[in-house]
Amino acid sequence: MFARNSTKEVCFENELRTTDYQIVLAGNPNVGKSTIFNSLTGMKQHTGNWTGKTVECASGIAKIKDKSFSVVDLPGTYSMLSFSAEERAAASYLANNEMECVVIVVDANIIERNLSFALQVLSVKKNAVLCLNLCDEAEKNGICIDADELSLNLGIPVVCTCATKNRGLSELKNAIYDICTEKKKCFCVSRLYEDIDIFDEKKHKANVKNLLEKSEQICSRCVTYNKKEINDRSLKLDKIITSKATGIPIMLLIFALLFWITAVGANYPSEWLSMLFSFIKEKLYLLFDAMNAPDFITGLIIDGVYTTLTWVVSVMLPPMAIFFPLFSLMEDSGYLPRIAFNLDKFFSRCGAHGKQSLTMAMGIGCNACGVTGCRIIKSKQERLIAIVTNNFMPCNGRFPMLIALIMMLFAGGALTVISSFEIAAILLLIIVLCVLATFAVSKVLSSIVLKTKGNGGFSLELPPYRKPQILKTIVRSFLDRTLFVLFRAIIVAAPAGALIWLLANLNINDISLLKYCTDFFDPFGHLLGLDGVIIMAFILGFPANETVIPIMIMSYMASGTMVEYSSYQELFNLFSANGWTVTTVICTMIMCIMHSPCSTTVLTIHKETKSLKWTLFSAFMPIILGIICCAIVSGIASLF
Amino acid sequence: MEEKCSLSSIALQNSAKICEVECSESLKNRLYDLGILENTIITPIFASPFGDPTAYLIKNAIVALRRKDCENIIVNPLK
Repeated sequence: MFARNSTKEVCFENELRTTDYQIVLAGNPNVGKSTIFNSLTGMKQHTGNWTGKTVECASGIAKIKDKSFSVVDLPGTYSMLSFSAEERAAASYLANNEMECVVIVVDANIIERNLSFALQVLSVKKNAVLCLNLCDEAEKNGICIDADELSLNLGIPVVCTCATKNRGLSELKNAIYDICTEKKKCFCVSRLYEDIDIFDEKKHKANVKNLLEKSEQICSRCVTYNKKEINDRSLKLDKIITSKATGIPIMLLIFALLFWITAVGANYPSEWLSMLFSFIKEKLYLLFDAMNAPDFITGLIIDGVYTTLTWVVSVMLPPMAIFFPLFSLMEDSGYLPRIAFNLDKFFSRCGAHGKQSLTMAMGIGCNACGVTGCRIIKSKQERLIAIVTNNFMPCNGRFPMLIALIMMLFAGGALTVISSFEIAAILLLIIVLCVLATFAVSKVLSSIVLKTKGNGGFSLELPPYRKPQILKTIVRSFLDRTLFVLFRAIIVAAPAGALIWLLANLNINDISLLKYCTDFFDPFGHLLGLDGVIIMAFILGFPANETVIPIMIMSYMASGTMVEYSSYQELFNLFSANGWTVTTVICTMIMCIMHSPCSTTVLTIHKETKSLKWTLFSAFMPIILGIICCAIVSGIASLF
Repeated sequence: MEEKCSLSSIALQNSAKICEVECSESLKNRLYDLGILENTIITPIFASPFGDPTAYLIKNAIVALRRKDCENIIVNPLK
């Protein structure tokens, strides 16, 4: 819920000026701004229970009664006392832009700290509504807030909401409407903020003290605490989830379970989908035959484009449709920051920031998102380490590839409960190895190349656990993330399929272009326990890793044996007919994890680091590592 | 005279009042924003599985800090 970026670039060139009024959402991180934004605009921005969730800035349009409102979701920052770029951006946006109303969203549970932010906003813009979010949770925690008294103290309307349960939202809309249409006026309580200048960096400490004193005063008038211990349940959970004995085992168990459900659950729909697609394929052949289509067109459309597309859909869709919603549930619960908390010691040893585990988790979804997400790490060098190493986490393009490769290893027997656990265990082991690779590279980078001393320090907020809205999260993450990623993959897969088919079928001297290429890479490939086709597939898969396996399949099929693949068994048959061994599978997995990030990620890295040197480094460092690892593995394997 | 020690030496569940924050400038600013500054009460509530960092309760929120950084926060232990 943390829209954090250089706001100026993204949000404000839109056609927002055509609406009647402009409103802005401002607030601390993780107070529920995205949820409020979604319910105001009816948009579906992704939400999660951790600081730093929203990376891109959002803007949308809301309709309240007869008027239209443009809504801008400002970067969620702890303060606007201008010492980091985002905070300066937020502050100067508020100061320099016209808006009829600022909606200050605060977490009712930590109202005292949040009020200090509210006062900062009020020192620049007087027309505001205070939205006390998460009111029900605060009530349960015995925090009683007198909204009327608070409203009198601040001079602005105060609305209690519980955005996830849609409570208080119509009141909030009415309050915004009344302020914008000047039905109600805000009072300027200048003694609250007259001596605060958020743009004066030298006064930072004085400002903070001043603000905290004032918010303490206000709270003493409006807030009563009925219970001594807050977040009882959350604390008890934390004692289990972060304890010495159970913390790490629980974490491994959760991930193992996640992988197990993904791998096993995806297997069946994958098979159904590919059966369906091969059925359609036969009908397509008949159709093309009936139309007397030339062989070239039939081959290009059906064997090239259609085959690649359906492979990507049938292999990628099921794991993603299962993994993403489950992962979103984990995000919403507030577990992710605990992972960062549990593992920070290792990151600290490697000269990296604990929040890197958050960006790594994002990387499992998409490396480009993970790289952008590294903005949550403030220290420049630690952020660079996180960006450069993010690629070691297998993204959703490579994740199904890993699953497919592992499944192939087990393709001989039926998928029993025991073997399915083994699959999950192997997947977990691979992720652990990815994490170790990340640590190793981080360590080398921080101690030799960058020589960081960790001056940035470390502070991480652990929000209370919240029960995720299960159904809503599942539906939303399926619609937003899964379909979005799938759509992107399809866009790349179709031309890739056409290209590879052309390469395989355009002949010079009776030998296909593809054969020239794969033969060229073959000796080098064999040195690494791979072959020319695999190397070629990784090179052609640069725009999207999803296409790597379909390219391999097409290349093998073009070189002779024509197989209908509808299961991992047949994939295994095809690959082993082309000389694959267990070593090949292992080396391919290594290359899958350690090769250059996809083109989108490389571009994102350049955008984030603004350095050609580091972009090239992040593109080539993994390949070199991958080549070394593969050479070692195949060297060892050849001894036996 | 008030007794003074670093925040890292406070045992779990024991509260302390912050006297001075002597961290690097950038961290200090961040800590201020989280409400960690002079005269506030801070309580270490649980440690991570490997002993570092530790989670502190401050103004109703839980914030995790590394030991190295806490050594530079001078506090006054409360009974």
